[in-house]
Amino acid sequence: MKTVNILLSGVGGQGVLLASQILTRVAMAADLDVKQSEVHGMSQRGGSVTSHVRFGDKVYAPTIDPGEADFVLGFERLEALRNAHYVAPGGVILYNTMRINPSTVASGVATYPEGIEERIAAFADRVYAVDGLGLAEKAGNVRAANTVMVGAISRFLPIDENLWAAKIREILPAKLVDLNLKAFEFGQQAVAV
Amino acid sequence: MAEKAILSGNEAIARGAFEAGVQLAAAYPGTPSTEILENVAQYDEIYSEWSPNEKVALEVGVGSAIAGARTLVAMKHVGVNVAADALFTLSYTGIKGGLVLVTADDPAMHSSQNEQDNRNYGKFAKIPVIEPADSQEAKEFIALALELSENFDTPVLFRTTTRISHSKSLVSLAGRQLHGQPQLEKDMPKYTMLPAFGRLKHPVVEERLQKLRAYAETSPCNRVELNDRQIGVVCSGIVYQYVKEALPSASVLKIGLSYPLPTQMIRDFAAQVEKLYVIEELDPFMEEQIRLLGVEVAHGKDLFPICGEFSPQLIREKVLGTATAVNTAADGLPARPPAFCPGCSHRGIFTILKKLKVFVSGDIGCYTLGALPPIQSLHACVCMGASIGMAHGMAHVLPDSDDLSQKTVAVIGDSTFFHSGMTGLLNAVYNRSTSVIMILDNRTTGMTGGQENPGTGKTIKGDDTIAADIPAMARAFGVKEIVSLDPYNLQEVEEVLRAELAKPELSVIVVEAPCVLRYRVSKPPMQVDPEKCTGCKRCLQVSCNALGLVEEGEKSYVQIDQNMCVGCTVCAQVCKFEAIS
Repeated sequence: MKTVNILLSGVGGQGVLLASQILTRVAMAADLDVKQSEVHGMSQRGGSVTSHVRFGDKVYAPTIDPGEADFVLGFERLEALRNAHYVAPGGVILYNTMRINPSTVASGVATYPEGIEERIAAFADRVYAVDGLGLAEKAGNVRAANTVMVGAISRFLPIDENLWAAKIREILPAKLVDLNLKAFEFGQQAVAV
Repeated sequence: MAEKAILSGNEAIARGAFEAGVQLAAAYPGTPSTEILENVAQYDEIYSEWSPNEKVALEVGVGSAIAGARTLVAMKHVGVNVAADALFTLSYTGIKGGLVLVTADDPAMHSSQNEQDNRNYGKFAKIPVIEPADSQEAKEFIALALELSENFDTPVLFRTTTRISHSKSLVSLAGRQLHGQPQLEKDMPKYTMLPAFGRLKHPVVEERLQKLRAYAETSPCNRVELNDRQIGVVCSGIVYQYVKEALPSASVLKIGLSYPLPTQMIRDFAAQVEKLYVIEELDPFMEEQIRLLGVEVAHGKDLFPICGEFSPQLIREKVLGTATAVNTAADGLPARPPAFCPGCSHRGIFTILKKLKVFVSGDIGCYTLGALPPIQSLHACVCMGASIGMAHGMAHVLPDSDDLSQKTVAVIGDSTFFHSGMTGLLNAVYNRSTSVIMILDNRTTGMTGGQENPGTGKTIKGDDTIAADIPAMARAFGVKEIVSLDPYNLQEVEEVLRAELAKPELSVIVVEAPCVLRYRVSKPPMQVDPEKCTGCKRCLQVSCNALGLVEEGEKSYVQIDQNMCVGCTVCAQVCKFEAIS
């Protein structure tokens, strides 16, 4: 199997790392070689967070270079745009349309850009904007927006359907499982492949 | 089939320590090394501790190793500078139980103040350097490094980089194997480094290095992967993975023992390939040694940068000359730097430090974020504990003046104070400093994720212990009066700081306020009255992510995110229109 490259990007506190964990564990359960890389240390303080997930028959580098991501999975629209150039020719961008002000915007130093959706659309032919926040709320908790996005990308990945629910059950605390399974399903339904 | 797990390099190192029978592990937190000890602490079979600094951690490790136990000590790259005093003489004494010192380097400085290449310490201290290239090797090489340590009576430097420490890959797990019962043996010529004994030891160290050179030729850490002979690459660590990705058909000499290098192996490899490349991040550590052998290196640092991280793309571009056509990144986007958490006790302090326009002699911790916009009020930051010494030095050379911009305030956190600020304070007292020193005690090692420290009253395992009392320590050093203040009361912060800055003597202010993130401190969120808010943006200057400006046509006003705000009131105190309550 050709290596699949997924670049996740969002804001510290959004659960980007948990989403990466679900992806890597599912790939592992599918008997694939997997690597994942992130840079943490500052992620809890509202900074930009990216995580690289790669799986296939044999994976060497744990990181993805710009222009080589089969998928860019954005958890916030500005962060999706910031990393949109990672998408490979023919690749897919999926992103949560929600907005979180960076500290530079919150403090009035900068303004939150207009027209983000159009700018993202210019990077790839296949772009899916998902109302992650709204769907997570509908599932029962706004914090499950990360799982909505995992549900959305699952539609594109060559992985046994049943593994997703199994791994979500394994990774998440019992009381959050049902909520996240629902969020996952809403994410699946949100994209028409 | 062996059980498999997906582990980060740091988790794999911890697992390796467990499996190889390590009995003691010590560290001081520091990105990207922190998770090593956090994971070791999960194993009840290993005694583990956060030491107050890296030197103490290594000394604890030296004791354990002399007593005969297998030992792991971990730190970030700059931590080795702190521990170096112990390390260099440990090289002379050697060990009894194997001792591995993990140094987690940070090329590209994701979370560090410099990007020093700690492989140089191996050469400098004359000890072997091991470099794993993924998590499986991180685990396996720990056992191998401990054996090497015991077989050659030497500490072993185990070097990772951020992309090894923080990348996850598959690892097969095994059980724990024990290695003997610790027992003390008195051997003064070995362990007591008086000059007379040290002189006997130095030749032993040189001889050991020769033996290690011979061992390097057959070490399982080094491996030749012969492929197409046009290009041959010598590489180690994460760069191996980038090379395999970028140049799948090239021949590779993968180095896992990067000091001392396997010289014959390198000569043989070089003879079999047309063009020899040495590709390594940071310093030309291997390249210089290989050139000294007289081996012809076609390309190394003439093509590759010394600064920053590499990538498969960079290697493809430099070696094959094929630039990948890549979309340029979207430009003009507002940066999203980390900021003080909503409710952080540092916010009020820095709001006033900025207002007073003093020179802030800073230190390493969350409060270093005070240097970022819009606060931008931390004017020097060099290394752990430096704030106090620097402020003292400044105060002694600056002329007496009422101009606050010519006065200094040292700002240091609790964990950094315990790490190496204590001696700076003792010096300030002893040498009659006139500086103002603020110790921001939020009862945690915050920036690395909220670890325990000598002030928290808990060990790494969460067991109760004695909590260090900073004011009592300062009094014992000879500080007559210790000032305290409430960091959430801006008026009080300003009055106290103005009064202390006016005094012609040393001033020590201890601010006790728990980390809101670590201890989940929360009060009802603040609300903005949009009728009273004029949109003047004054409150936004306190740099809180819970605040945001809403613009509706002509009218603009501030809104507070009710999920993020923890009701610290700092924004309300700077509002001139009483719009926030």
